[in-house]
Amino acid sequence: MFPFCFEWSWDISHLVFMGGLWYALSIIGAGMTFAIVKSLFDISGGHGGHDDNHDHSHH
Amino acid sequence: MNETPLIHAGVKRCSKWQFSLWMAGVTAVLLWGVYAMFLCWFKGLNQTNMNDAYGFALWIWADLAVIALGGGAFFSGFLTYIVGKDELKNIINYAVIIGFICYSSALLILAIDIGQPLRGWFIFWHANVHSMLTEVAFCLSCYFAVLTIEFIPLILENPKLERKPFLHHLSHNMHGIMAIFAATGVFLSFFHQGSLGGVAGVLFGRPFAYREHIFIWPFTFFLFTWSAAACGPCFTILVTKITEKITRKKLVKDNVIHLLAKISGWMLLTYIIAKTADTLYWAMVTAPNAGFTLMDFYASPTYNIGLLFAEIVLCGFIPGLILITKRGRENAFLLNTAIVLAVIGVSLNRWVMVLQVMAVPVFSFNDWYTYLPSWQEVATTVLPVAYGLIVISLAHRYLPVFPQEKELNPVK
Amino acid sequence: MKEQNSHTNAKRYGMVIDLDKCTGCGACMVACYSENNVPFKTDETNKLDSINWIRVYKLTNNKPYPDTEICYLPMPCMQCDGIGKHGHSPCVSVCPAVATDYDYDTGIVSQIYTRCFGCRYCMAACPYHARKFNWWDPKWPADTEKYLSPNVSPRMRGVVEKCSFCFHRYQLAREKAYLEKRQKLEEQEYQTACTQACPVGAITFGDLNNKDHAVYKLKNDPRAFRLLERLQTNPKVYYLTSKNWVRRAGDNYLAHEEPGNITKVKEHH
Repeated sequence: MFPFCFEWSWDISHLVFMGGLWYALSIIGAGMTFAIVKSLFDISGGHGGHDDNHDHSHH
Repeated sequence: MNETPLIHAGVKRCSKWQFSLWMAGVTAVLLWGVYAMFLCWFKGLNQTNMNDAYGFALWIWADLAVIALGGGAFFSGFLTYIVGKDELKNIINYAVIIGFICYSSALLILAIDIGQPLRGWFIFWHANVHSMLTEVAFCLSCYFAVLTIEFIPLILENPKLERKPFLHHLSHNMHGIMAIFAATGVFLSFFHQGSLGGVAGVLFGRPFAYREHIFIWPFTFFLFTWSAAACGPCFTILVTKITEKITRKKLVKDNVIHLLAKISGWMLLTYIIAKTADTLYWAMVTAPNAGFTLMDFYASPTYNIGLLFAEIVLCGFIPGLILITKRGRENAFLLNTAIVLAVIGVSLNRWVMVLQVMAVPVFSFNDWYTYLPSWQEVATTVLPVAYGLIVISLAHRYLPVFPQEKELNPVK
Repeated sequence: MKEQNSHTNAKRYGMVIDLDKCTGCGACMVACYSENNVPFKTDETNKLDSINWIRVYKLTNNKPYPDTEICYLPMPCMQCDGIGKHGHSPCVSVCPAVATDYDYDTGIVSQIYTRCFGCRYCMAACPYHARKFNWWDPKWPADTEKYLSPNVSPRMRGVVEKCSFCFHRYQLAREKAYLEKRQKLEEQEYQTACTQACPVGAITFGDLNNKDHAVYKLKNDPRAFRLLERLQTNPKVYYLTSKNWVRRAGDNYLAHEEPGNITKVKEHH
């Protein structure tokens, strides 16, 4: 799974397979980080409990 | 200060008592499964009726089946966010919840199925990148993460949670980039659905399972992805219909169901044509090369040629043809028949690709192997169903799963 | 190819079992149980969940008396070389955690018990049913635990095990050779327990690449065949028989096919 695991080898199979895995994980991780960080900015920006673009108004 | 209600305004839900009673019943079944699960974990797999000839059995079938049926999530996600079929936004939430239930169930069953559950992480840590099962484990876990991410915004829309500014924004921001998650989910699903097909297709020691390869992938790789994309949405429609029956109200408009059914129908029909071609090539070239005729594989009273007919014609061509015709889709009886057949068909395919593979004798001097699951296996397979019912019940009661519900069921 | 291999250091340990000699006494199985600490159940009636690294099958030609013939066929792990003889045996290629591996120095397929997490995919992959699952923790009656072989680790519940061609004997022989500053192992220095236990000498074991080893010649005997050769598993266990029905039983053939012809086609390719 990691290059420091003893059975790791820098061959094409490992690169393609693990490349795909880490690529997917990076997108998931980056996406979630973006959403969380942006939400933190949004609340510190004084937007409070609702959002102008959100069509799901409840107030 | 007024307490925010847990249930959305403007929708009708059953009474607390009715809901509690229903939940108690389902929980009892769940606990039965949990008891069996702990038996398997503490006493080992001797609690099952598996044996050395039947190393893969009911659980692996359940795994393959729920993942195929949960395929509605990735394919509907693909259609909604990537192809841009906006109508499907009215059913995508439910598709995601069903997918979430299916995938979490699959992971749980796998955790019971392995002989040394505490070593389960070895599949990641010591990954053999050539094994189809490794790919399944990786993509399955990653895709489960994606499904969780797709489910979270919906959970955050619960009136109580939505009051919290951070959660409100988080839900909104996650919605905003959902297409990216959906695309990742499609990528992951393509591979793990395929790899599940590869699990059987690469077994060159098992002539019943083995299929010719395209590059490194056996035909079953593509057939499994294709059938999951075709039949997964049928399962989403089926569960929606059942939910509508139980809640006694219409939750999704017909045009949405018909659109999904139409796409499913074309996927199913093209899949079953490809499956027929694969079966013919296998029966006429692959199997004879290993010294088998087609009928050698269907020479048991249980596993007879009727199964192949049921899978391809009865549960393949027939529902496919019903769903591609406007009249078939719009007739409630035909539509329901078609989606039930499609769901049975894909489950049957997974059954055959797991249990019949084990049953067929490879040695001419061996007999067919037989297997009947133990109650512990049955209970642990029923467990996810009970768990699914609980999640759906909670989701329907407390979350805005169906955007069209209020419009279709105005509260007087 | 074969000639080339015999001059390189890479060994391909294999076995030749003469079915014309085998009496079905089961001494090989007993020796194997004791040598490899193979666990057993109190009641061994159900053979489908009992563990044996070598199992003697009883084959019959299905003809009525007086034409009835019986053949006993001992079946250890075939230590398959896999398609194209690249070491991708049916089981090694599927194991998700590399708990079973093909050793390119000896051609022996290993099983790492502490690595195996019991998914049983290898069992599904193996057409020879050579792989057995530990459905229970081993129970050694009375004092037998004291007499377990110290060279072979006993297995725990929930993992797969199989014949290792007594690999620990290979390791011991290598250690001895190392101390004696030798590179080469003599044929008799490394022999499996079943080979030595067979009272009629039906089992011959050695390096299939080494011209000086008996198996080298025996595998080219006109009576030689391998089980399920058509699946291209490339087993390293050969069988000898003078009976055509036995040979036919060892693989699958369409009605019009004859064992000899099919094998020739495969060899040619």
